[in-house]
Amino acid sequence: MGDLATLLRQALDEVTASTTLAALDEVRVRWLGKKGAFTEQLKALGALPAADRPAVGARINEAKQQFEAAVESTREALAGAAVEAELAAGRIDVSLPGRGEARGGIHPVTRARLRIERIFRDSGFEVATGPEIEDDFHNFEALNIPADHPARAMHDTFYFPDGRLLRTHTSPVQIRELRKGRLPLAMIMPGRVYRVDYDMTHSPMFHQVEGLVVDEGVNFANLKAVLQGFLRAFFEKDLRMRLRPSYFPFTEPSAEVDMSCVFCDGAGCRVCKHTGWLEIAGCGMVHPNVFAAAGVDAQRWTGYAFGMGIERLAMLRYGVSDLRLFYESDLRFLRQFGAA
Amino acid sequence: MKLPLSWLKGWVDPGLAPRELGDRMTLAGFELESIASAAPAFSGVVVAEILSAERHPQADKLQVCRVSIGGTELQIVCGAANARAGLRTALAQVGAVLPGDLKIKAAKLRGVESAGMLCSAKELGLAEVSDGILELPADLALGADLRAVLDLDDPLLEFAITPNRGDAMSVQGLAREVAALTGAALGGPDCEPIPAAVEGASAGSPAQKSASVSLSAGTACPRFHHRVLVDIDNARPSPLWLRERLRRAGQRSISPIVDITNYIVLELGQPMHAYDLDKIEGRALDVRFARGGESCDLLDGRTVELAPDVLVIADAAGPVAMAGVMGGVRTSVTPETTRVMLEVAWFAPAAIAGRGRRYGLTTDASQRFERGVDPELGRRAIERATRLMLEVAGGIVGAVEVTEVVAEDGAAAVRRAPRVTLRPAEVGRVLGLEMPPDRVVELLSRLDIQQVDGTAHPAAAVGETLTFQSPSHRFDITIERDLIEEVARLVGFEAIPVIDARAVQPIRALPTSQLEEQRLLDLFASRGWQEGVHFSFVDPVLQEQLFPGVPSHRLSNPIASDLAVMRLSLWPGLLRAAQENLRRQQGRIRLFEHGVVFPVGAPEIDRLGGVAVGGRRPEQWGEDEAPSDFYDLRADLEALGGLVGQAGGFEFERASLGCLHPGRSARILRNGRPVGWAGELHPRWVRELGFPSAPLLFELDVAALTVEYPVFAEVSRFPQLRRDLAVVLAEEATFSSVLEGVTLSSSGLLRHVFVFDVYRGMGIETGRKSVALGLIFQDKNSTLTEEVIEGEMAAIRAALTLRLGASFRE
Repeated sequence: MGDLATLLRQALDEVTASTTLAALDEVRVRWLGKKGAFTEQLKALGALPAADRPAVGARINEAKQQFEAAVESTREALAGAAVEAELAAGRIDVSLPGRGEARGGIHPVTRARLRIERIFRDSGFEVATGPEIEDDFHNFEALNIPADHPARAMHDTFYFPDGRLLRTHTSPVQIRELRKGRLPLAMIMPGRVYRVDYDMTHSPMFHQVEGLVVDEGVNFANLKAVLQGFLRAFFEKDLRMRLRPSYFPFTEPSAEVDMSCVFCDGAGCRVCKHTGWLEIAGCGMVHPNVFAAAGVDAQRWTGYAFGMGIERLAMLRYGVSDLRLFYESDLRFLRQFGAA
Repeated sequence: MKLPLSWLKGWVDPGLAPRELGDRMTLAGFELESIASAAPAFSGVVVAEILSAERHPQADKLQVCRVSIGGTELQIVCGAANARAGLRTALAQVGAVLPGDLKIKAAKLRGVESAGMLCSAKELGLAEVSDGILELPADLALGADLRAVLDLDDPLLEFAITPNRGDAMSVQGLAREVAALTGAALGGPDCEPIPAAVEGASAGSPAQKSASVSLSAGTACPRFHHRVLVDIDNARPSPLWLRERLRRAGQRSISPIVDITNYIVLELGQPMHAYDLDKIEGRALDVRFARGGESCDLLDGRTVELAPDVLVIADAAGPVAMAGVMGGVRTSVTPETTRVMLEVAWFAPAAIAGRGRRYGLTTDASQRFERGVDPELGRRAIERATRLMLEVAGGIVGAVEVTEVVAEDGAAAVRRAPRVTLRPAEVGRVLGLEMPPDRVVELLSRLDIQQVDGTAHPAAAVGETLTFQSPSHRFDITIERDLIEEVARLVGFEAIPVIDARAVQPIRALPTSQLEEQRLLDLFASRGWQEGVHFSFVDPVLQEQLFPGVPSHRLSNPIASDLAVMRLSLWPGLLRAAQENLRRQQGRIRLFEHGVVFPVGAPEIDRLGGVAVGGRRPEQWGEDEAPSDFYDLRADLEALGGLVGQAGGFEFERASLGCLHPGRSARILRNGRPVGWAGELHPRWVRELGFPSAPLLFELDVAALTVEYPVFAEVSRFPQLRRDLAVVLAEEATFSSVLEGVTLSSSGLLRHVFVFDVYRGMGIETGRKSVALGLIFQDKNSTLTEEVIEGEMAAIRAALTLRLGASFRE
């Protein structure tokens, strides 16, 4: 057994020489373990005279603490170095793209439709749908368009050999809903419609959304409010609206709805053909003949209806220039509409 | 309808700029579609007279003309055959700019100087085609600017006329609207009666031998005016003013007589017809419905077979015209015609409506008659026409004869415009704009809708009604709402306020079971699928290949033969879209669609379907480029199953559908009921349709996607234990049979079973496979012991051996 100072120096040298945490731990155990030098020293205290014991014991403890402090600081240094080394070795290229599936997307017409549905639902409207293969009664007759009516020329209709047809508008859903007799009602009726027409601005299949409100005392002024509110909500613009008298057999008075151009704010541009206005919807007060065909008492109830092309809304909202793009499922087109 | 402003001004002068007038009309329901000038822009063109025209010394087809523009003489080389001495024509002087930005310079043609160009109508943009240079009236001042003398800056306003307003399809009709809107005075041309020229109709004169008319279809045609004109000259050209007005309204000049009949339609809205009197067999016409087997050779060169509900004008030899639609060739007026019979008839709209369209004919006449022509207009129209014909074709006129069918009350059986009552309070109820009765009366009177029951006063009592006489030209005013519409139109829709309806909405049910469409679509979008929208009509050939023998709805009038049947499935559209995208070099395709399909004899079905072609993942680093297979598709469908219910939602049962790979397709079940299909396209169609690898397809009934809401189950506080089991069994044994064996033999302690490997190859004999299962055990009330678990495992092993002949790998 050497003297304490020598032992301590030797122990500290071993600590300093440790280059790994494992080696350091081995050094610590060797010096502080049951058979370690410091333990031996403390055991030997009993052999000393009682008067010397406190002072010697204190020196031994001091040396032991010094050793432990050295171990601790070396441990910290080594641990730090180990983390550093791990960090240095573990560096990755965060600019590489993530793995896995890429996001798909919802079709722009569907997006527009869901947005329309959301706006109206939030305002208390229900959403109703109806069949796409219709009969003459629901598509024409009940809507005050009898056979040979000149307005039928405006609807180039697809027919089936049995006389049924592809609905030319979503208005037949109005008849189906009115005939259920649940009044008052406020609903929109989106869906696919069909006309025999195919060019830059016409598709043989497209989407409309029809609105119908029937209640005691609803009037044209309310219709104006709903349309203006909807257009402002859909386009998120404080746009202006104007109604022009027009003719639909199933409403009277009837109007075409123009809104100030969303591209130039009404100043005039290519899109609005320099008029400042965009035609966006048709509307009117439900015709008494339609109420009669649907069994609604026109003396008690009044109603208004409106209809819009969803493709047109989508084109204006997303700046799509050619209607036909919507039906070609070109992935390069569709991928542009992935964001929620 | 194209309206030259100069023509309108002969009727009413609103004192508005063309654009302003157009806007006013637009806001009154007559949409201004375009404004143009009577001629495209050109300048430097003047009236000139050819003094002499001599053959060009070097060119047979050219003439060298001496031309006067009043005081100045010029030499012009001209190639037109009609260039002749004495002709007044149009000269584009040096420096003139013609349509198409053609600049006229001094030129030398085959060695002869030409100080400008004599112009044809085509060169000035006045006609699509023209034959020779313009021939102008001799009274135009030489040297005058052509635009000024022909009023070529006259604005042409084109208005859209809605189908309810047949009365507005004329200069007269639009003038009435302008007058009502602006308060300007309404005038009109001279329609006073012209007496028969007695001296021309003396004994032996052909004018005496007028035609007789009978009305066999008295409801369809209760009134018929006719008159004979003889000694006319229909071979001369129509005068410039007539040709110009027709041209500006979009019509070609044909002959003086025909031009006037067309002019009257445009000006008054009264269709009329001129027959060559000498071609009418028996000098007698009857208005009747066509008889079986009759046909008519029409003026447009077509022969139509006449159905028995088609009204005709017939002579002794058969139909000579499709009444109210188009005349026939046999009795048509030609340049040689010297005697004509004019017809101005009134046809009931119901007798004309749709008849022309059935034969693909939409004529100026049919459009007006089916919308309704004023029955009181005929007399004025025939007088106006006569006056104009005498002016442009000369001749001697016979008397106007009127043939009428009378109703029971002794008056003509033509349409009688109804009286319509209006409750002033109804105006406010419908429009949301209160209006005093006297204001209503005043507004309607502007449209010649006169009150007939005394005087309105502003304080009209509640329930009081006003009665109005609908004018004979307005076929669209028959009920109270029609009057309210007119009131709204005249005050302008801008005057109607914007008012939010205040109504308490009843709370509506919100069924959990109803899957929100947005969530359904979002699920697929977030798993890499792109939504597409495809036509509901598809290629019958492709549909028959995929679903042989299944009937489909076939369109009578498809836009194309490959879009002729209604889809039975979303797959034909999706497969076509996939093919198109491959053609666009898109290698990996995951397209889905939500829409209805159309089975025959059953209601339309709402479906969700998809097609996937190409890699399991987008091509990327760190992932194998494995192609998608059934199990990738199944994972997406299971995700949907998870969206609508606990415990996976769907079962997949091996089944074959003709168009799918029989070994790689499944019927999808939910709660034991079939709800759809998933699988690989059949190899035969993979090849036939040219796919580089097998597309995966799925289709589900959306109605089956009802959401089952979750119900809480107690979570055990005790630890769970896992045991793995490698089951070796025959290749044919399905995973579901293994699962069945495991679950049936274990007690309620088995919480969860999953498969973590399927292995074939070394260590496993051929024809067998090893399925590695992870089994999770847990008790609700205690910690499980080894003995209990061993007992469970032994029971499972025994069951699998017994049921499936399974052995087990360590």
